[in-house]
Amino acid sequence: MELSGGEIIVQCLKDEGVEHVFGYPGGAVLHIYDAIFKQKDVKHILVRHEQAAGHAADGYARATGKPGVMLVTSGPGATNAVTGIATAFMDSIPMVVLTGQVPTPVIGSDAFQEVDTVGITRPCVKHNFLVKRLEDLAETIKKAFYIATTGRPGPVVIDIPKDITDPGIKIPYSYPSKVKMRSYNPVIKGHLGQIKKAVKIMMEAERPVFYTGGGVVLDDAAKPLTDLVDTLGFPITQTLMGLGAYPGSGKHFLGMLGMHGTYEANMAMHETDVLIAVGARFDDRITGHVKQFCPDATIIHIDIDPSSISKNVRVDIPIVGPVKQVLKDMLKVINEGEMNPKKQALKQWWEQIEKWRSMDCLKYDQTSDLIKPQQAIEVLHKVTKGDAYVTSDVGQHQMFAAQFYRFDKPRRWINSGGLGTMGFGLPAAMGVQMAFPKAEVAVVTGESSIQMCIQEMATCLQYELPIKIILLNNGCMGMVRQWQEFFYESRYSQSGMGVTPDFVKLTESYGHVGMRVEKTKDLEGAMKEAFSYKDRLVFLDVVVDPTENVYPMIAAGKGHHEMYLSPGSELV
Amino acid sequence: MRHIISILMENESGALARVANLFTARGYNIESLTVAPTEDQSLSRMTLVTRGSDEIIEQITKQLNKLIDVVKLVDLTEGGHLEREMMLIKLRAERTQREEIKRLVDIFRGKIIDVTDTSYTVELTGAASKLNAFVEAVDEELIIEVVRTGPSGIGRGPKGLGL
Repeated sequence: MELSGGEIIVQCLKDEGVEHVFGYPGGAVLHIYDAIFKQKDVKHILVRHEQAAGHAADGYARATGKPGVMLVTSGPGATNAVTGIATAFMDSIPMVVLTGQVPTPVIGSDAFQEVDTVGITRPCVKHNFLVKRLEDLAETIKKAFYIATTGRPGPVVIDIPKDITDPGIKIPYSYPSKVKMRSYNPVIKGHLGQIKKAVKIMMEAERPVFYTGGGVVLDDAAKPLTDLVDTLGFPITQTLMGLGAYPGSGKHFLGMLGMHGTYEANMAMHETDVLIAVGARFDDRITGHVKQFCPDATIIHIDIDPSSISKNVRVDIPIVGPVKQVLKDMLKVINEGEMNPKKQALKQWWEQIEKWRSMDCLKYDQTSDLIKPQQAIEVLHKVTKGDAYVTSDVGQHQMFAAQFYRFDKPRRWINSGGLGTMGFGLPAAMGVQMAFPKAEVAVVTGESSIQMCIQEMATCLQYELPIKIILLNNGCMGMVRQWQEFFYESRYSQSGMGVTPDFVKLTESYGHVGMRVEKTKDLEGAMKEAFSYKDRLVFLDVVVDPTENVYPMIAAGKGHHEMYLSPGSELV
Repeated sequence: MRHIISILMENESGALARVANLFTARGYNIESLTVAPTEDQSLSRMTLVTRGSDEIIEQITKQLNKLIDVVKLVDLTEGGHLEREMMLIKLRAERTQREEIKRLVDIFRGKIIDVTDTSYTVELTGAASKLNAFVEAVDEELIIEVVRTGPSGIGRGPKGLGL
């Protein structure tokens, strides 16, 4: 079979099993778009801004576990895509990004719509390529998928000069069935000796706690994790990225940890003697002040990426390997061994945890006439029976969703944890809804975040994506305002967002259903109505109490035992 | 502590930029960096001199290993190793100073490779510390220009860093 470069790209995607490509055409990728036009297997979704193509491909990948694919043109197409790429990179999301480039002979001449895409994206990709010969194209695409999806996943950029895709030049095509790279060999199994050592320490633990992160979700290791935690009877806390791997309603779950984690989770971290970190990276939002982090703990760390080990916090027992495999091996060692957890000590530990839990750190005023954002999330949970895919933007609404939706399944909670990208939620939801057309997909957002990618409502109309946008409208950048209230003596510098469009009318002008709710008593009815439109996008503008803050809160650089709790609690 | 890290990389365009980028992005120091192809045209060999605590050096080697183009690397400072750097140094050499400079070059086992009425250009090879010692031994006012390659290193013994 003889194919041109443009046709090779499309054929490679087909052979790789790619069904959806999110993108936006332009000069440098016209040949590729012509090849897309001539076939039906690979569906192209036309976004309205390249940033959204990135987030949509990313959301698709997070929900399905398959690599997300995007296609953009050179120059501004590529630079607009960078936010999407960096977002995926920070959360280790597998993605293949095809960018057009000016023709090879004019590279470096400051040609129209030329940027050094490989240079610009280098710090925020797992790897990138510039294709210089048509003969290398298919192999490069194969390598990109291989690198993106193996080891610690991440985005891979392939920059393709226009002359490489010239329809007039055809070469024989075959897609490589395998790829081997002498410089890239991800670990496929954890060291059994280390696993046994870790199990021994776990069995001697008196105040153990599991701390698990996005790596568990990425490696589809929810089942072995849940089995392990329930077998041992240890408490577990999960990071923002890890939510849903162990069920939110599970009896050993302490809630999220870190800056806006629960009192019981953070106190357990502070008092633990054996910390079992799984697919988590000791991010500063988790550790707080590293000197005060888990002061008494022996730390076991399971991670696929050796550079995550002892990066921020010194680890005692490192286990490098895929978390699913390692957790399974751990279960096997435990089931075949003679040792058992320390029953009596664990009983006392749980009694202590129950005392912390009885603080009820997530409580909020439920009698107010003004809708509390926490309540909006609880109602969303109720109406969707806790089974929706929930994407979010960044800020207070994100934290409320993480705290109150109690995700029971992995890959249901989709948010930009590492980079913290406002504008992520709506396009990410498009990716999720493309993958699962029948599923309920909700975007929890704020009036500031949603405006960063609001143009994507047009994309949703074009592809009939019945997403439900739940806007927690407090008229300000809530998290910025909260920090200004706490740490800048309430000087609300530029954090007000009082001037917004009429979201109901705006939604209607995009051809969707717009709704607004202002009173607590109307909230549940409105939410039910929104979700009753099975085939329509509904934008529900929920006017919430603008003074509400996210509690508990550990100020940046403080220890886990130094939390702000909600006003009215004993430990303010 | 000062460390010499030897890296074997795919000889691809951008490989050097990836290493340099890593150091600036993560705030590590590079004291010197040399790159050249090896006997295998598909590989290039890089010698990198850096400074940092044990924790930082551990992260540096891990982060370098994580780069897709890096095939192998070794921290030479962990074992016996040889280190050589070449320096070309141009010195003002007027009549009265010529003999003294010549003697100094001999002591350091250097070579004078270019001569004019008023200058010598000296080639000197050795560990970085030896080159430093030579520069210090010469009267500062006599130095016209100094060019150094940065150290290259190799492990002692019969074993080599290869595929």
